[in-house]
Amino acid sequence: MKKLTPKTIRAFREEQKAALYDNTKIRITIGMGSCGIAAGAEEALETFREEVANNDIKDVVIKQTGCIGLCYAEPTVEVQVPGMPTVVYGKVTADAARRIIDKHVIRKRLVNDLIFDNPTECAITL
Amino acid sequence: MNMIKLEINNIPVEVETGTTILNAAKKVQVKIPTLCYHPDLVAWAACGICVVKIEGSPKMVRACATPVEEGMKVITHDPEIIEVRKTVLELILSTHPNDCLQCPRNGNCELQNLAAEFGIREIHLEKRLRNLPIDDSTTSLILNPEKCILCGRCAHVCQDMQNVWALEFVGRGDDTRIAPAADAKLSESPCIKCGQCAAHCPVGAIYEKDESNKVWDALEDPELHTVVQIAPAVRVAIGEAFGYAPGTLLTGKTYAALRRIGFNAIFDTNFGADLTIIEEGSEFVQRFVHGKGEIPLITSCCPSWVDYMEKYAPDFIPNFSTAKSPHEMVGAMSKTYYAQKAGIDPSKIFMVSIMPCTAKKYEITRSEEMFSSGYQDIDVSLTTRELTRMIKAAGIDFNNLPEEDADPILGTYTGAGTIFGATGGVMEAALRTAYFLVTGKELENVAFTAVRGLEGIKEASIDINGKEIKIAVAHWMSNIETVLNRIRESRKKGEEPPYHFIEVMACRGGCISGGGQPYGTTDEIREQRIKGLYLDDEKSTYRCSHQNPDIIKLYKDFLGEPLGENAHKYLHTTYRQRPIYKI
Amino acid sequence: MTYKNFILVYIGLGENKKRDKKIHDDFIKKLIEHNIDDETQVIKAGAHKLCDTGTIVKVFPSNTLYKCSSREDISNIIEKHIIGGNTVSDLLYADHYREQIRVVMRNCGIIDPEAIGEYIARDGYAALEKVIFEMTADDVIEELKKSGIRGRGGAGFPTWKKWTFTKNVDSDMKYIICNADEGDPGAYMDRSTLEGDPHSILEAMTIAGHTTGASNGIIYIRAEYPLAIERLEIAIRQAKELGLLGDNILGSKFNFDIELRYGAGAFVCGEETALIASVEGKRGMPSPRPPFPAVKGLWGKPTIINNVETNANIPMIILKGGEWLASIGTEGSKGTKVFALTGKIRNTGLAEVPMGTTLREMIYDIGGGINNDKAFKAIQTGGPSGGLIPEEFMDTPIDYENLQNLGSIMGSGGMIVMDSDDCIVDIAKFYLKFSVDESCGKCAPCRIGGRTLLNMLTKISEGKGELSDIPQIKRVCKAMQKASLCGLGQAAPNPVLSALRHFEKEFKMHIEEKKCPAKKCIDLITYNILPDKCIGCTMCARACPVNAISGERQKIHVIDQNLCIKCGACLKACKFGAVSCQ
Repeated sequence: MKKLTPKTIRAFREEQKAALYDNTKIRITIGMGSCGIAAGAEEALETFREEVANNDIKDVVIKQTGCIGLCYAEPTVEVQVPGMPTVVYGKVTADAARRIIDKHVIRKRLVNDLIFDNPTECAITL
Repeated sequence: MNMIKLEINNIPVEVETGTTILNAAKKVQVKIPTLCYHPDLVAWAACGICVVKIEGSPKMVRACATPVEEGMKVITHDPEIIEVRKTVLELILSTHPNDCLQCPRNGNCELQNLAAEFGIREIHLEKRLRNLPIDDSTTSLILNPEKCILCGRCAHVCQDMQNVWALEFVGRGDDTRIAPAADAKLSESPCIKCGQCAAHCPVGAIYEKDESNKVWDALEDPELHTVVQIAPAVRVAIGEAFGYAPGTLLTGKTYAALRRIGFNAIFDTNFGADLTIIEEGSEFVQRFVHGKGEIPLITSCCPSWVDYMEKYAPDFIPNFSTAKSPHEMVGAMSKTYYAQKAGIDPSKIFMVSIMPCTAKKYEITRSEEMFSSGYQDIDVSLTTRELTRMIKAAGIDFNNLPEEDADPILGTYTGAGTIFGATGGVMEAALRTAYFLVTGKELENVAFTAVRGLEGIKEASIDINGKEIKIAVAHWMSNIETVLNRIRESRKKGEEPPYHFIEVMACRGGCISGGGQPYGTTDEIREQRIKGLYLDDEKSTYRCSHQNPDIIKLYKDFLGEPLGENAHKYLHTTYRQRPIYKI
Repeated sequence: MTYKNFILVYIGLGENKKRDKKIHDDFIKKLIEHNIDDETQVIKAGAHKLCDTGTIVKVFPSNTLYKCSSREDISNIIEKHIIGGNTVSDLLYADHYREQIRVVMRNCGIIDPEAIGEYIARDGYAALEKVIFEMTADDVIEELKKSGIRGRGGAGFPTWKKWTFTKNVDSDMKYIICNADEGDPGAYMDRSTLEGDPHSILEAMTIAGHTTGASNGIIYIRAEYPLAIERLEIAIRQAKELGLLGDNILGSKFNFDIELRYGAGAFVCGEETALIASVEGKRGMPSPRPPFPAVKGLWGKPTIINNVETNANIPMIILKGGEWLASIGTEGSKGTKVFALTGKIRNTGLAEVPMGTTLREMIYDIGGGINNDKAFKAIQTGGPSGGLIPEEFMDTPIDYENLQNLGSIMGSGGMIVMDSDDCIVDIAKFYLKFSVDESCGKCAPCRIGGRTLLNMLTKISEGKGELSDIPQIKRVCKAMQKASLCGLGQAAPNPVLSALRHFEKEFKMHIEEKKCPAKKCIDLITYNILPDKCIGCTMCARACPVNAISGERQKIHVIDQNLCIKCGACLKACKFGAVSCQ
């Protein structure tokens, strides 16, 4: 990768923004901070990958992120499906992961009882 | 230098930038109590006794470590500060054994002094001792960690001042103790027995091994002929235990006291110093003028330096003068030359040396050359502090003793011999004689002031017969590394060494500040003691070792030639590499 | 078939559960009535905080929050909003999540910490670019000054002042150190920031280097944070690849490098001078200040030491201006603070709130109230250097000065909530023990005083205390506060002193009545079997791990007090309420 300069960083930034905020794809973001991992986030991650592969779901981005602060509800996963509200699921066990893929991603229905408020959507975000 | 104006207890004072509150207070006769602080060391700021208030701040700061600021208003004594200090002292006392009456520092202890000053009558806090074993594994020093108040002075002296690193803080929290690394025994550590740790310890946690019992026993034994010698540094310091100012020359009274104690003959280590100069001066001429042997020549009368060299710098063994130290030479001569002259069975001679030094206790059995007379040349080496206690125990009114002389044969000395106790003194004495040995002439001015003083490394050069002799004098061990590295550098480059003759003394200021001297040594006291020795030099009949008539006689009647067969047998030693850690 | 609308009904806890569930069911019914149940999904979501005055409902796709209390409200929402497409203004619920303002945690939970591109996408390294090419050092410091940002590690020293000291010293070498040693038990804000947004720290340190004239940065991170270490190493590598770290940053003449140094398990190494000693390879023991590290620090050179959270604020201050940060918070404490809310509350986790948020808001609004509906007893802030704050001060706005006046400190942001099952003496002992274990041992007041205090408290918790102990405890505490060399010793008495100040009654109960009201101190409690309730079912005897209970079937059982270890297993096992704990 080439080193950035004030000239090139602007274009690079725009590129990256477009990729980050691209909501034409399905995005599954798993909290992989120490709290999440301790609660089983790696298992959830595996399950999501498996289920996406098994069900041959296209245009899915599975990524990791840091701790959102909802430590009592870890593992937390943010699911973004075009056309549906973006929600954060908490206490995502392997089982819950399967339900999320089945109900939310495939059948476009939100899953009951697992949705938590997303602290990143607070009064002032940057 | 910038000056700073401040107020201490509402008294205005002006001091240089960088002065601590502690020292600024002294200027206006305010004594802030301290415990872990020592002027020889960078302020460790641990104990918390010297806390003071600064107007405008809720905190208390340590006077020993806080530099003054313009306009500062310091309060050193008020009920709150006193209460805090008292509580801190009580905390320290609560973990300290109550056996003052059996402690070697009874009456001479900084913790005792503070407790008395603070008027401690009751300790309200639970007593909590730590149950740590005593380490008496070396010949010279005893570590008693139960009494240690963790002031850190010994560790810092050993690390920063002496660069030996035998002692360090081990463990954490209230489990902290000061010991050699990995709780090794002191005898297994790099310890060079210089005793600077003991000299700086405020309490009875590190102290010299008291061997006066052996001496009392010998004195009581009718069969034994007891002889004693005193080191140059003893005569200018012993008075401090009896109320004299440091540096007061008390040679005559000391001889008298020793006689009263019961020694059969009183000799002087300065005689040995003169003897050392003859041998070492000749050695220098051999190496420097005739090219026989390694240059630079390094003095070897300091046993701590010898130990340091054998452990840390064995690559310099060939550079060491093989001459023994002065007291060993007197010891060897007492059981041969003196025994013959006085007609005494040498097996019945008990030789005691009074030294400012704790390492001498190690030196006297260091190698088989210390038994050159066929017997142990020095039977016991006592420190100045032990002699002081003996004098007091013997009921001698030291201050009112008459002046007496030493006994002949091994008792007379020149000015060159007596300055051995000061840093630069051995070098100066050696040059006075080396000049004579090379040119055959006497020096007009025997004073080499360039090698005197408390600077860590002193360099000078003198011209003898057109040849320039470059000399270096180093004292307190952390300076020696620099000097040795300069020589190592020149060796690597294949250049001529930067020095031809080097004097090393392990203790700051030289032997006058040795590990066995009276407590409380500071630079001020060092300078006073050094001054006393140079005064002794100035009023001596003879100023150069080779002029000592008894020395001349010794060679004529017994030893033969300097560096000759007899001289080698009795007056020289060998060196070998030793491990830094013996684990 | 895809839904067009979604209605999230937050189901509360306790009594609110039934109420909220009913609203949920009523929504479904209403939707069926209106015949739009196939285009609107109603789901139950986990409630964040308790709302006693109604059910919180979120409507998608507009992301609108409503508060529903009646069937009428439900009808209004469905008719006006779902069908009509208009907001129902008098049902709007505006309070939700207004509490948090995420400056430090701006990227946590949004970006992949191992993807530098995502950090850059969210304006990462734009601040660094601005500093290097558009601002002078004085400009940067001016912004910091305007922002009012104070050290977030606990000391609260104005950051602009620290940077100014270092900038003004002429020196060939200067260092920027990030203190990531986070030692307070219960504090993990820095860990989350480093794991979630490591580049923010790298950028801040580079800015500090450029402003003060340093080219070397060190992150001193505790070895117990392996994931954070890994993410930092990745971030450093990525930043170097893109020329945002290392030589000629962004093509300029400015060089700045960052290396990691690990702690070795010593809380005291979070203290500036002990940290420096540790980096220099020495025992982690503090040194007296002055000289301050900003002027004479690592290897004797001017050194800035900033906490992780302080650093995380810097890029935002540069990009949005100091005044922007100063608009958040209180007069004396500007900006936000990340708190690790833990203990006996429902919603444990991290929350970043503006300074000035009250303790009550933290515990109830963010924390969701006390677990199991037990009674609130105290909140402990600031870790082992902080104090306990009781109920009567719950409406105190959180800032540096207020907490100090209450006998506690802000500290690094740990907040631990205690309920009636927690014993104040036990808590004080716990924190003191931590300080005693972590004391470096250098200075007498902390080394000896800490253990002396701990032994006195232990005596009290064993029922052997006397009233005369209290003045002694206070005396030793004072000596430690005034005469300890560093903050560890100076602040170690805080939990004890605050416990004595706010909970003197509970202390005296332990001393005079030999009673522990929270039933925590095992020497002060006894388990007994009530003869009039015991039916001899033997369940307690079977549960007892040390065979301290004897008795035949259907005969009254007895506990042998000499064997009893006060574990409470018998109390849990008894279905008849026959075991009592006093």
